[in-house]
Parts: sequence; structure tokens; C-alpha cells
Amino acid sequence: MTTHAAAVGRAPMPGMEVYNLKLGMWVFLLSEVMFFTGLIGSYIILRFAHPEHFAQPGVVLNVPLTAFNTFILICSSVTMVKAFAAIEQGDQKGLKRWLLATIALGTLFVGVQVVEYTVLASEGFVPMAEAYHAIGRGNPHDGPALGGPLYGATFYTMTGFHGTHVTIGVLCMWFVLWRASKGAYTAQSYGGVEIMGLYWHFVDLVWIILFTIVYLI
Amino acid sequence: METEARHKHPPYMLVWGVLFVLTMVEVFYAFMDIPKVYIAVGLIIMAVWKALLVALYYMHLRFEPKRLWVLAASPLPLVVILLTFVLFENF
Repeated sequence: MTTHAAAVGRAPMPGMEVYNLKLGMWVFLLSEVMFFTGLIGSYIILRFAHPEHFAQPGVVLNVPLTAFNTFILICSSVTMVKAFAAIEQGDQKGLKRWLLATIALGTLFVGVQVVEYTVLASEGFVPMAEAYHAIGRGNPHDGPALGGPLYGATFYTMTGFHGTHVTIGVLCMWFVLWRASKGAYTAQSYGGVEIMGLYWHFVDLVWIILFTIVYLI
Repeated sequence: METEARHKHPPYMLVWGVLFVLTMVEVFYAFMDIPKVYIAVGLIIMAVWKALLVALYYMHLRFEPKRLWVLAASPLPLVVILLTFVLFENF
């Protein structure tokens, strides 16, 4: 067995030098790359084809709040990798502490996104709004339209699917924390923590791309 | 069981710092008064840079066998094909 596979207590697949669990997670994440490519690709194509449906950065969407949310998710990646580093050293308390911090930050991210959705919806920016007039933003109610139906549809689809992934990640992390509390992970066997980390970092990676393309361009 | 030393821990906090700085730079850069094409290209370069840092250091891809690198990079040609051919349909 290679050293790393031996360290996580799992036999690697012949020829691949990584253990099955990790290989399976990577293959799943690569399928998720194609999934989000479909969504982001569609957004790019629709934006080129119908620019009148979309608004400039910051006009409709709250960039400072989302930048803060991006920072939260990046911090959660740090806490996740700290949890992994802790169990590599056999530090059970550190593992649980950092997992809990990751759960808290992930939950905060989802919470901020819910607040963002609520505020946008109260302003009239809903998935298939015909025209968004930014009600309550200091703009006149009958002022010029700031976008068309494609904007809301693409925004809520992309960020909604990502938010769902984050939510599922948080739920899975509760399971990993429960397993950790039962002493399931040791310095000789921590594959479950590693693959949880892979999923969580992937979710962060996708958000890095989404934030740039949806909110800043 | 083999006993060769594991790789040194990647600089997690340094990577976090770079990600934080790049995010701030992105936000300010997005609102600069320069042609949109320069903003888009610059932002995409920064986003890809950040994504690579997360993949290489937090997902530990840098320390994985080269075969896993090949596997991880395998969707990229498919991404390029998907985006390129569909974009060409519009023009």
C-alpha cells in the first residue's frame, strides 16, 4: 500500500495509487464539474445572446454582502482542512472543534444566502420576473426596468443549486462529526474526513467561479 | 506498513491569505472604469487562480499521484468543447 493510503487505513485501487473511497469521491466531483459547467455555460450563452435581460454588477445584486459570504466560505475551507490536519496527527478534540467550526460557517453561508434571496424577492427580483424595477431601492416604482426574466431564472438556478450543495455538505458534516464523537476516526484511519473535505473544498471552488461570473462580470 | 515521511503540511493560512486578498482585489477590479473585456478577462484569471489554489493545496491535489492529476483535469477539454461549440451556435 502507498503511505497515504496506509495512513487512512484503506487499500488503494491497483494502478491508481489512491484508495477506492477517494477515487469514488473524485469521480463524483468531476461529474459535478460537468453539471455546473452546464449551468454556468448556459448563463454565459444567454448573457451573450440577450444582454438586455441582465444588469451591470452591483445594480441588482448585493456585491458587498456576497463578497462577505465568499469570505465565510473560504474560511470554512480553512477550518475543514484544519480538521483534516488535526486527525492526521490523531488529535480527536481538534478534529471535532474544527468540524464544528466548518458546520457553523457553512450554516452561516446558507443563512446569508437565504437573507439575500428574501431581500431580492421583496424587491421584486424573483425567478421569472418580467422586468425588475428594484422596488424599495430608492428607484421609482415605475422607473426603467433593470433586467428581464432570464436574469432571475439563471441567478436563482445557479445559486440555488450551489446552495443546495452547501446544505447537503453541512448535513453530511454533521454525520462526520457524529462519527468523530464515536471515535470512528484515528491517525491510522481517517478516510471519511478526507473525502468530506474533498466535497467541501469543491463546493468552495464552485462558489469562487460562480461569484465571479454571476456577481462581478 | 511503509514508514516514509508524509509530505509537509501545505501553507494553509498563507493560501487563505492569498484567497482573501484576491477576493478583495476582484471586487475592486470589477468596478474599475476600464473596458468590460479587460474586466472580464482579469476577473476570470483571478477566479481560476483562486480555484487552482483550493484544488492544489486544500484538496491536496499537489501531493497526489500524477494519475489523479490526469483524472482531475479530464473534464477540462469537455468543458472547453461544450462552451465553445454552443457559443459558436450563436455567432
